[in-house]
Amino acid sequence: MDWGFIIERTFSAMIGPEVMIYALAAVGLNVHFGYTGLMNFGQVGFMAAGAYGVGVTVFWLDWSFWIGLVFVFVYAAVLALLLGIPTLRLRADYLGLVTIAASETIRLLARSRVMKPVTGGVEGIDKFAEPFYNLSPFELGKFYSFGPFKYLGRDVWVLMVGWTLLILVTLMVQQLMRSPWGRTLRAIREDEDAARALGKNAYYFKMQSLMLGGMIGALAGLIQVIQKSSVQADTFNPVITFTIWTILIIGGPGRVWSPIIGSSIYWSLIVFVENTLRQLPAGARDTLRDTVELSDFNIGMLRFMLVGGGLLLLARFRPQGIFGSREEMALDRR
Amino acid sequence: MTVVESASGAPDTPIITATGVVKTFGGLRAVDVDKVEIRRNKITALIGPNGAGKTTFFNLLTGFDQVDSGTITLDGNDITGTPPHKLAEKGMVRTFQLTKALAKLSTIENMKLGALDQLGEKFWAALIPGAWTKQEREIEARADAILKRFNLTHMRDEFAGTMSGGQRKLLEMARALMTDPRVVMLDEPMAGVNPALAQSLLELIKMLPGEGRTVIFVEHNMDVVQEISDWVIVMAEGRIIAEGTPAEIKSNKAVVDAYLGAHHGEDLSKVELS
Repeated sequence: MDWGFIIERTFSAMIGPEVMIYALAAVGLNVHFGYTGLMNFGQVGFMAAGAYGVGVTVFWLDWSFWIGLVFVFVYAAVLALLLGIPTLRLRADYLGLVTIAASETIRLLARSRVMKPVTGGVEGIDKFAEPFYNLSPFELGKFYSFGPFKYLGRDVWVLMVGWTLLILVTLMVQQLMRSPWGRTLRAIREDEDAARALGKNAYYFKMQSLMLGGMIGALAGLIQVIQKSSVQADTFNPVITFTIWTILIIGGPGRVWSPIIGSSIYWSLIVFVENTLRQLPAGARDTLRDTVELSDFNIGMLRFMLVGGGLLLLARFRPQGIFGSREEMALDRR
Repeated sequence: MTVVESASGAPDTPIITATGVVKTFGGLRAVDVDKVEIRRNKITALIGPNGAGKTTFFNLLTGFDQVDSGTITLDGNDITGTPPHKLAEKGMVRTFQLTKALAKLSTIENMKLGALDQLGEKFWAALIPGAWTKQEREIEARADAILKRFNLTHMRDEFAGTMSGGQRKLLEMARALMTDPRVVMLDEPMAGVNPALAQSLLELIKMLPGEGRTVIFVEHNMDVVQEISDWVIVMAEGRIIAEGTPAEIKSNKAVVDAYLGAHHGEDLSKVELS
């Protein structure tokens, strides 16, 4: 077994592109669910809005990448309005139903043949992110090592910009949640009617929260497609949404830093388990192949099963997440 | 506390009127009120057996439910169909039968939430700390003063969820006062409050008219009603069957016969009403 390789991969995953992108999406979901109590089961829809915000602008409108960045937020805001206007006056469940349906609708529409001239259909869109990479101070094709971390130059550039944005957005959310605005969101999460009786327009605050969290999700989608250099409809499937939920729950909803820590734990676990399984000594590998039919093809599935088991343990022994407080959680049961 | 000047209307004019207010749920006529006037800066009790429509009537007055027909006015202005948050801005605040202390907010946060017109509740202003910190300090000072009056200072930084039922009732009323209301509507303020706390809660309610606030409350406990109310409105089956001073209601034969029955004068919450 090559432990050096496993450790290098795991460390690189700890602050890698997935961690940064999913953490950003989870910051958005944290605004929705952690602070406002909004059940958004379609965060991936906002990511798709961000991705196509730039993709469609370059591919269909043939406008510049930089104008596309504006559309990232415009699409997310419009999506939030479309989802919120009919549902935010109703009980929390309705938003959940509508968001999951909407995110799938976006994916299926984007990959449909009718939309091919606009979204590229199943082939998707590529060659749109050059303006971003042209600014890179790193050689795109060269590997860079920093201690145990090792990335391609293009990823170093994405990581630098992405982590800067992630930290800035997180600090912004922290500032907002310490303000009276954030206090009102938390009050709405606890009891909407109490907030309304005290003069708060709950509908308006929930809409603002949906838009803010959605725009943060769109930013995550934008960085994801820049990192992949392609916009593919099928990458925006519901599994992404539930991964984001998992990350938020690992960290603890309603805590500022939990999306980052949750995402880092989730992805380093996945990478560690996968690489360890692939590096098993021959004897152990043969035994696993003969008993549970573990092959190179289904290692990917096994790692999700193991992570699922880990989540069960978390739910049993630390239901409040890494950052959550047990006392606070106990208040729910009174 | 500052005394609120009413925007219009002489002291004798009613602050709230409800005319021809009807609310049905399916076939049930939950509220069917011809005419009610609530007197300014007085304490009005709303009593009646369970299912009499008191809470529904409350919800209609406070905008949490919409009337089928009829008109409600506040200080002469039509407020029928006005949403609750707008009514709070107009000076009408309510509490709930099932207390709504915000469990995962601290006591002081609960209090500060009640203040109206907060600059820091605007999204863009919230991003700039300097834009709202001064007002926040003023709000906090006001909140601390009210907490002191309600004898809750020791709970200031605790989660509201750790409070006893009685303390939550106190907190909810204290928080309502943070809106500096002209009309305070209390839905069963005494329910679940132990006798020691109940007495201080009563004293606090009795002080409100002197500050220029009108109080309307729903209550089952006849002793409480007799002690603090200036006027009593009796509801049964959605209608108002009598109103008058506590003494009049106590001796109103129609009320006694039709509704209070042989248990008149006893604690209604302990009376089985068929």
